[in-house]
Amino acid sequence: MAVKRERDGSPGYTLTTLESLVAWGRKYSLYPFTFATACCGIEVMGAFGTHYDMSRFGAEVVRFSPRQADVLLVAGTINYKMAPVLKRIYDQMLDPKWVISMGACACTGGFYNNYTVLQGIDKILPVDVYIPGCPPNPEGIIDAVVRIQKMLETGAPRAAERWPIK
Amino acid sequence: MTDRIEIEARSTHLDMQAEPMLINIGPSHPATHATLRFKALLDGETIIDLESEFGYLHRGFEKESEAATWTQVIPYTDRLNYVSPLMNNVGYAMAVEKLCGIKTTERCDYIRVIISELSRIIDHMVCIGTNMVDLGALTNFWYFWKPREEVYKLIEELCGQRLTTAYTRIGGLMADLPDGWTDRVLAVCRGVIPECIADVNALLTKNRIFIERTMGVGPIAAKDAVALGFTGPCLRAAGVPLDLRKDQPYLVYDRFDFDVPIGEKGDTCDRYMVRMEEMRQSLRIIEQAIAHLPGGPVNVDDPRFTLPPKELVYENIEALMNHFKFIMEGIQVPAGEAYSATEAANGELGFYIVSRGGGGPYKIKVRPPCFPLFQGIRHLVKGQMVADLIAVLGSVNIIAGELDR
Amino acid sequence: MLSAKFGSDVVSTHSDFGDDTALVRRERIVEILSYLRDDPALLFDFAMDLTGVDYLGEEPRFEVVYHLYSLEKRHRVRIKVRLHEDDPVIDSAVPVWPGINWYEREAYDMYGIVFRGHPNLARILLYEGFQGHPLRKDYPKAKRQPTIGPEE
Repeated sequence: MAVKRERDGSPGYTLTTLESLVAWGRKYSLYPFTFATACCGIEVMGAFGTHYDMSRFGAEVVRFSPRQADVLLVAGTINYKMAPVLKRIYDQMLDPKWVISMGACACTGGFYNNYTVLQGIDKILPVDVYIPGCPPNPEGIIDAVVRIQKMLETGAPRAAERWPIK
Repeated sequence: MTDRIEIEARSTHLDMQAEPMLINIGPSHPATHATLRFKALLDGETIIDLESEFGYLHRGFEKESEAATWTQVIPYTDRLNYVSPLMNNVGYAMAVEKLCGIKTTERCDYIRVIISELSRIIDHMVCIGTNMVDLGALTNFWYFWKPREEVYKLIEELCGQRLTTAYTRIGGLMADLPDGWTDRVLAVCRGVIPECIADVNALLTKNRIFIERTMGVGPIAAKDAVALGFTGPCLRAAGVPLDLRKDQPYLVYDRFDFDVPIGEKGDTCDRYMVRMEEMRQSLRIIEQAIAHLPGGPVNVDDPRFTLPPKELVYENIEALMNHFKFIMEGIQVPAGEAYSATEAANGELGFYIVSRGGGGPYKIKVRPPCFPLFQGIRHLVKGQMVADLIAVLGSVNIIAGELDR
Repeated sequence: MLSAKFGSDVVSTHSDFGDDTALVRRERIVEILSYLRDDPALLFDFAMDLTGVDYLGEEPRFEVVYHLYSLEKRHRVRIKVRLHEDDPVIDSAVPVWPGINWYEREAYDMYGIVFRGHPNLARILLYEGFQGHPLRKDYPKAKRQPTIGPEE
């Protein structure tokens, strides 16, 4: 984006492409959909709470309808009973959409390796940002949101564009 | 008493001249906390019948623990009730100690009481806070997050993690308290916690909207609550003064002076009032426990159960071998079975453990407090409005981690 | 006390680690549980827990464990019943305590123990279509099954 201003007080003009203007608008108005199943959900509440305050990053409007959300924040263990539900919710979200996988369980299954736990949500969804930790601190969630904003800024491709990985 | 909906049998005696409507709520719904699901049969807005489904967070706790050593199970217990993990740690450690015949040191018992009561407070805060969010009162939630963050700071000092603590060990604790920790606990317990409780109390208790949304909503009679196996605040709200801290005192609870609040009707308002009062009583217990906190070691003086000190492990071959065996094989628990119950924030948390000797459990069954409570939801909301389902669900405090294990 | 009343139906009793335990036969289990609930000296009005245990390699293989608590008397008891592998059937205790309903469903889900007369003996934690019973000792820990859902 290039801004040109002739003189103080006089009308200036801005040169930009439509894509970057839209991306700039999106950057500070990401609507997360929190798919919080387990322990990580408590830290998600912490991130949106008073102390960490996600509003500073423009991502505080939690939508509980997938059709209104841009970012799917998967927080917690996903098991085989839940996996079809998660996939369906992802499919209901409108493009462009991003996925954050929060916590060891969502990333890899964590220390649950048994008959019921899905070993990482990237088996069924494209994931943009992984947050490690069991559970991650609220700083981790803020960092993930900032990373998605960086992706928008630089125009980095979303994971969904590379999906499925051959 | 089947809990499956049968439409044909129930389509008579309707207020409206229409077929009853079956709607699905969850499993991804803001008020079901993402992992519960209901199928509600409605006549207009009245719930005729309700079928609950869960298991969307079933993580195989019992199968995992059968493959672990006794000490390795402790981190799994954190993730049962992740709102108050310290209490699960205490409950599990007490069950194994019962099987081993260990008598923990007095200092350890006092510290366990302090951490349990701190967790009880933050658990009730989450319960009330999220319940009010579901009813549209967001402010209480923000108010209650402030003391929670303060308590998390204390817990982080104690064991290095905010949420998943793994603080107890069989026969003691991971480490003794950090310097000055009790003073900081007292500062929080005299400062920010009672302030925030008072703020929420002022916002809610005499608030007309709150009263109309909660009073008379989801009531249960004492007899039904007992038959359904309710425990904890939900049972006490129905007027049954069952509190294991008083009735079967464990740790050192018999040395403290505290009251057990009970309600009358067992409705959502009573459950809220009981929880508010329990937080104040927990503060009393913490004050007394810190005032009488004895010195001495926190772990039992027994090489079979306690890790040797780190300095000795580096210097001394016996200690090194002992440490190695302890970690690789686990502590040796005699064959037998034991059931140990503690009063967790939601009710009786029981651990039934079976050992056949050796370093790992043969079977661990958790008796989660939420399980019968969730079963009773159908009883609580029948004949109520569908919007009240949300109020009731929030007030019984279902934690999916311990419900599904 | 139980063995005086039910004689041959009580196989053995002990109180290891301070927990009173009775191993009984399955034939009159509902009668025994009703007696425990109603006898004025016992009054076990809470069914706190029910679970199955799989003793693979022993005969009988399965065990059903009830934990009861009395509100008034403040005491606990554990009742155990052994079941054979080829016939893991026991009468349901739902008529005695309605709150035991879901515990029985869970024991069915996890161990395949069948509760005769249960109003709705369906899977509770796992999904319909799951093959086998995962907490049995001969079920491999990491054995996975295909997900059944809208996508697949």
